[in-house]
Amino acid sequence: MSDTAAPRARHAKHAKSFSRPPSKPRSGSSRGGRTAGGAKPASLWSDAWQDLRRRPLFIASAVLIGVILLMAVAPGLFTSVDPYDASTCRLGDARQAPSALHWFGTDNQGCDTYARTVYGASNSLLVGLCTTVATVAVGGLLGLVAGFRGGLPDALLSRVTEVFFAIPSVLGALLILAVFRAGTVWTVTLALAVLAWPMTFRIMRAAVITAKSQDYVIAARALGASNRRIMFRHVLPNSMASVIVVATINLGVFIAAEAGLSFLGVGIQSPEISWGLMIADARPRFLEAASPLLFPAAFLSVTVLAFIMLGDAVRDALDPKLR
Amino acid sequence: MNQSTPPIPAWGIPDPVRGVTGTEPLLAVDDLHVEFATRRGTVKAVNGVSYALNPGETLAVLGESGSGKSVTAQAIMGILDAPQARIPRGRIRFRGTDLLRLKEDARAQVRGRRIAMVFQDALSALNPVFTVGSQIAEMFRVHQGTSRRDAEARAVELMDRVRIPGARQRLHDYPHQFSGGMRQRIMIAMAIALDPEVLIADEPTTALDVTVQAQIMELLAEVQRDSGMGMILITHDLGVVADVADKIVVMYGGRIVENALVHDVYRTPAHPYTKGLLKSIPRVDRKGRELYAISGTPPNLLDMPPGCAFAPRCPYRQDNCTTEAPPLYRIGPTRGSACHYWREVLDGSHG
Repeated sequence: MSDTAAPRARHAKHAKSFSRPPSKPRSGSSRGGRTAGGAKPASLWSDAWQDLRRRPLFIASAVLIGVILLMAVAPGLFTSVDPYDASTCRLGDARQAPSALHWFGTDNQGCDTYARTVYGASNSLLVGLCTTVATVAVGGLLGLVAGFRGGLPDALLSRVTEVFFAIPSVLGALLILAVFRAGTVWTVTLALAVLAWPMTFRIMRAAVITAKSQDYVIAARALGASNRRIMFRHVLPNSMASVIVVATINLGVFIAAEAGLSFLGVGIQSPEISWGLMIADARPRFLEAASPLLFPAAFLSVTVLAFIMLGDAVRDALDPKLR
Repeated sequence: MNQSTPPIPAWGIPDPVRGVTGTEPLLAVDDLHVEFATRRGTVKAVNGVSYALNPGETLAVLGESGSGKSVTAQAIMGILDAPQARIPRGRIRFRGTDLLRLKEDARAQVRGRRIAMVFQDALSALNPVFTVGSQIAEMFRVHQGTSRRDAEARAVELMDRVRIPGARQRLHDYPHQFSGGMRQRIMIAMAIALDPEVLIADEPTTALDVTVQAQIMELLAEVQRDSGMGMILITHDLGVVADVADKIVVMYGGRIVENALVHDVYRTPAHPYTKGLLKSIPRVDRKGRELYAISGTPPNLLDMPPGCAFAPRCPYRQDNCTTEAPPLYRIGPTRGSACHYWREVLDGSHG
């Protein structure tokens, strides 16, 4: 029978992609995990997770993100110096090269660059994460509604996003931040989220429109699924992948944008510490002392890269055909 | 000669759906019209189609692409694209109730539970991100509120019933990990999950290779025999029909051109289009000879010719064919033909 070829091919493919060994396909833990997972969409996520943890790209990015997250949450683990305490800085020690005492050297104020870089992770990550959550929540939800409903809601929301697309983003952020006197993590997050949600909206809407017209949605309707069920069980899971990928990539972009705004002087303000601010502070004397600029810049690049790699790995894992 | 017989529409007005026995059929489509509004004008996809289906019966709806056979099925299911499609006239009676007059939530009660559908391409008709087991189990969970564990057990039962080898092991596989034939079996399992009274199979074997086609048709016939449901089999392949169907409706240009019991059609087609279709089936005893093809192309639904839609391609064409649309003449107790010259066609078939 022609049908017997398929399982064999499947096993071969599985073995190749380091997935479940064919000898004991779904026994014990993996099966139990699935049924214990609660709602059925859990099988999508738990399968994606099974796949993710075998990907080198994911492991590398997860380790990097884990370290940076830890820095953000508990900077005291990494350094005994508290850079928010002005007494740790001595002007006489300004612009020292890296040494055993100051691993990354010192900056223009004689503060320890390593301690400041570690403490800077928290603000940078906070802006990135909060902005991403906000854009996915607002843009994703509105995109789902617009794509699924079509007609007037879609036309209205699409025109609104076009207005946002017409605003140059740096100019828009400058304008929004100028309204608030002092830049903080929250005003920067707000400015970035206001300007970035239309992109998530667009991606979600396009994905939903594609998913909505698929045969399996028509089939689900023909087999009696309600509108709500079609929206959340058939359309949403099939459109989430692209949004999640863009969200993880954007997370890195937002961190970089925060650095950019702080560099321009409208973002997070001293005495708060952020990587962008550190780069801005170090810029005028870069030729004399490169390390106060290079180290936060390197942390910034690595963090952005880690999130982009994570996005890639998640995209692959969420598509069952690539498993 | 034709003028002497007044045209008596078969299964037409006044009461077209009572079929042969005079009792209410299971499902009756009555003078159905479906139009699509497009930028280039109104496409009249279905123009006055009537057919009836009794319990335990298989009705084959035959026709080429654009003949309106699938649109009729979608109208029955109520899954036509809402803003573009309109049903200006007609009734679809299911156990005596006109489905077209039901409210949406009442219709949703019928869909899947009492009338179910099998689609042509099972790969695209199954949700790619969920395992087949969860998709079959969903039928029970949505419609009957079955618990996860029970629904899963019943999904395995169903997969066994549609002969998927190693059903329990394959429960957690994704649609793309199955071969075409196995996927269609899963589609069938989902469709029959709730013991529907009517199963509509829209070209269920078109996307499959020939040996698998036969297996799927066999499975459908067997499932139907066991459950006693009525089945509407939509196809463009006459070869598929012969063993399975009881009645045939042949559609062309959104109209029924011939309806009859299966063996009547194969023995003596009464419409030139049906005749052409039968002649174009490849046959072993004609090996080496050129395969017959109906010349010309199907009509443009945006611009239907006046008179008989098949006239431009018809070898029996006379002058009045291009001006007068033939009604569905009743030419026997169980058959009808929408051809002014059905007698000549029948005679030609005998000779």
